Amino acid sequence: MNEQEIRGLVADVKEGTLSRRSFIKRMAAVGIAAPLASQILAWNDVAMANATLDYKPTKAGGGGPLKMLLWQAPTLLNPHFASGTKDQIASRIFYEPLAGWDKEGNLIPQLAAEVPSKANGGLSEDGTVVVWKLKQGVKWHDGKPLTADDVVFTWEYAADPATAAYTTGAYKDIKVEKVDDFTVKVVFAEPTPFWADPFVGVAGMIIPKHHFGEYKGAKSREAPANLKPVGTGPYKFAEFKPGDILTGTRNENYHVANRPHFDTLEVKGGGDAVSAARAVLQTGEYDYAWNLQVEDEVLKRMETGGRGRISAVPSGDIEFIILNTTDPWTEVDGERSSVKTKHPTLSDPAVRQAINLLIDRDSIQKFIYGRGGTATASFVNEPKQFKSPKLKYEFNIDKANKILEEAGWKKGWGGVREKDGKKLKYVFQTSINAPRQKVQAIVKQACQRAGIDLELKSVTASVFFSSDVANPDTYTKLYVDMEMYTTTQPQPDPERFLNQFVSWEIANKENKWLGRNVSRYSDPAADEAYKAAQKELDPAKRAALLIKVNEIFCEANVILPILSRTRVAASTTNLSHDHSGWDVDSWNIAAWYRS
Amino acid sequence: MATYLIRRLLIAIPSLLGISVILFTVLAMAPGDPFSEMATNPNVPPEVREALRASFGLNDPIMVRYLRWLSAMAQGDWGFSFASRINVDDLILQRLPTTLFVVGSSQILALCVALPVGIYAATRPYSVFDQIANTLAFVGFSLPTFFTGLLFILIFSVSLDWFPFVYRSDIAATGWRWYWEMFRQAIMPITVLGLFQAASYTRYVRSAVLDVIRLDYVTTARAKGLSERKVTLRHITRNALIPVVTLVALQMPAVFGGALVTEQIFRVPGIGSLLIDAILANDTPVIMAVTFVFSCLVVFFNLIADILYGWLDPRISFS
Repeated sequence: MNEQEIRGLVADVKEGTLSRRSFIKRMAAVGIAAPLASQILAWNDVAMANATLDYKPTKAGGGGPLKMLLWQAPTLLNPHFASGTKDQIASRIFYEPLAGWDKEGNLIPQLAAEVPSKANGGLSEDGTVVVWKLKQGVKWHDGKPLTADDVVFTWEYAADPATAAYTTGAYKDIKVEKVDDFTVKVVFAEPTPFWADPFVGVAGMIIPKHHFGEYKGAKSREAPANLKPVGTGPYKFAEFKPGDILTGTRNENYHVANRPHFDTLEVKGGGDAVSAARAVLQTGEYDYAWNLQVEDEVLKRMETGGRGRISAVPSGDIEFIILNTTDPWTEVDGERSSVKTKHPTLSDPAVRQAINLLIDRDSIQKFIYGRGGTATASFVNEPKQFKSPKLKYEFNIDKANKILEEAGWKKGWGGVREKDGKKLKYVFQTSINAPRQKVQAIVKQACQRAGIDLELKSVTASVFFSSDVANPDTYTKLYVDMEMYTTTQPQPDPERFLNQFVSWEIANKENKWLGRNVSRYSDPAADEAYKAAQKELDPAKRAALLIKVNEIFCEANVILPILSRTRVAASTTNLSHDHSGWDVDSWNIAAWYRS
Repeated sequence: MATYLIRRLLIAIPSLLGISVILFTVLAMAPGDPFSEMATNPNVPPEVREALRASFGLNDPIMVRYLRWLSAMAQGDWGFSFASRINVDDLILQRLPTTLFVVGSSQILALCVALPVGIYAATRPYSVFDQIANTLAFVGFSLPTFFTGLLFILIFSVSLDWFPFVYRSDIAATGWRWYWEMFRQAIMPITVLGLFQAASYTRYVRSAVLDVIRLDYVTTARAKGLSERKVTLRHITRNALIPVVTLVALQMPAVFGGALVTEQIFRVPGIGSLLIDAILANDTPVIMAVTFVFSCLVVFFNLIADILYGWLDPRISFS
């Protein structure tokens, strides 16, 4: 889909001939994630939609206790230190950002009075200034009012490198000014098409200046409020035991009328995903459990009792395979898989194309992931209505055989194909995780039938995903022929997500393998499109550029997307909850209720 | 006695230092780092990870880190957890009561079962009771706790719906209800641990009693016309229990250390689950503190056991 087509669709939405929802679906079909699609509409002054939970209770309180089970226990409650999702979920109960993302990727104001747009003067024409208007009458849990000073302070706090805040990426390159008590101005150094990053969602939670003011920078660890949060959220802090339990009580002065519904809240941690699912679905001891990376078969069996149900929402997480086009078995200047080398066999596009044809994505989805993922051929996508005219996947062993045959790879001794003495034998690596080992086996079987021999290797997750420079088995080292893992698109901006496809991010010895481009593949056309997208303010043009980056890598068969993952949660049947794949599970916890 | 004590305590210092060096080196060399969760997240710039590593001192040489840890430890500063950024001693103190309650109760339960069964079985060797007790004991310690734990959950929580299988450290109830809830949630982990321990204790008690029961002084006691009951309790049991007391004393560190597997299954927030979480998160200061405290306790209770031994058995002297 090119720029004109997107423009045409936007015009249709404006005229009312095309619904918002179908616009987002059409965009999703070409690989534009829902949040970006929403932003395209917002830029063109089509009002933001709302896919949040419809709140039924007519008064606050009276809902009794809400009991959540996180099988990874929260260990800290400062939203800017929260490195894991578990901690972000826990902090979000007490703290709120200016706006959050709903499950369709719409920006929903939380502490802001409204979402900035060009129409309300919130967005400047040159894309460098965003003006946020705060909601008035919001009070911190200790009774002090929320003002623009707190927002400015949050920026100062997170941007200070000495604070060592996890969210610093969103704040270090911006300037924030107070306009009046309830207005702040965010100034970006450069025109920034995706402005909804600072003060939004996971990284955006506002902290009170009067509690953290003295603990900025190196002293940040000493703040008492790190463990006793004072926020603006729907529940007030009661007790916290790191790694075990967190309790809260209803905030009587919550800034949204008639909310929240529950009187107390309990977040218990520990154990494993399967038993967490059991505690909700089978015994009903808990109301809600998150991130159930459990085989769908198991969940379905538990659901038969009728006590609870599973809900899955789309997210930007993608499970994919990288084919290494550099040589992992030759050391050059102290590193393997150096861009100076060429893989003896995988540098042949025909081989890569054949391997892409040997991944049975439909079976992987059907038999392993179930509701946990949707088969896909695109790196950036919204799963449900995936039907790209361009990127398609296929499982076809005959075709793979034919392609290899035509490229001159002949079956040799033991049925393994070879050419000029070079055999199609590869090491295929991933982290230890039951579904991943099954996928490895499925791919291995299919490859065998096409004369490609795979040696399977699995590495403990804590090693695989570590940044340990001395360890050869980390995923960024890529000291193998192929590897598989999931990468997260935590915030709905594909630009930063796609930096794993640019040449200056290639992981190597020089940057201690911290570069984001793990595949080492690069293409000047992708670099160019990416750079253009960074500056392009027109969302339609920008989207077309980012799609191009995605397509270049997928069509080169260097990146083989397998599944677009969903976020799976379990709840008791009478609980109405609202989780989103673009924000943490508790992002809209004020609207949860029991019927 | 006093010189013996001082000598033992002095010997303990180098051995504890040795233990700490080994622990620290092994942990430092183990792969993985506490910030792995940030690795796949494009929102966290690599510099942040590097800055965090630097601020936590992870980039210094092992020797420097060890000496820093040792001097801080000597001043009573246990360091802070990388995961929660709070002091390690606070974390451990939060977990201690639950561990002491659950593991301690299970030890008491184990002794309450093992002592009578073991003694009774030994006084009637190869009787039907002895055979059954032996078989059960064998089955008991052959079944790992993670298996019995899951079995209990399936039977008593999922099928019968009697007990909850998620342990909560704070129960929102007062008075009798609190005790009732506490009993309901603690019974499964305590039973699982207690019966497992009881099985091995039973076999120790039985063999210890069997060793004593054939000795001449027992025959003498019987010949004096003492009642069988008195002979068993006063003459046999007291002497037979000497090795058992040692065994129990050596088990005491485990009471503080918690039960790794069982705590995980029932989500008991004890020291054991703290250790597992810390290991999974590569939270070195917590792992270091827990394992070091554990080794101190082992050394200490070894000393206690030796002293108890001498006190119970006058044939042993410390001079």
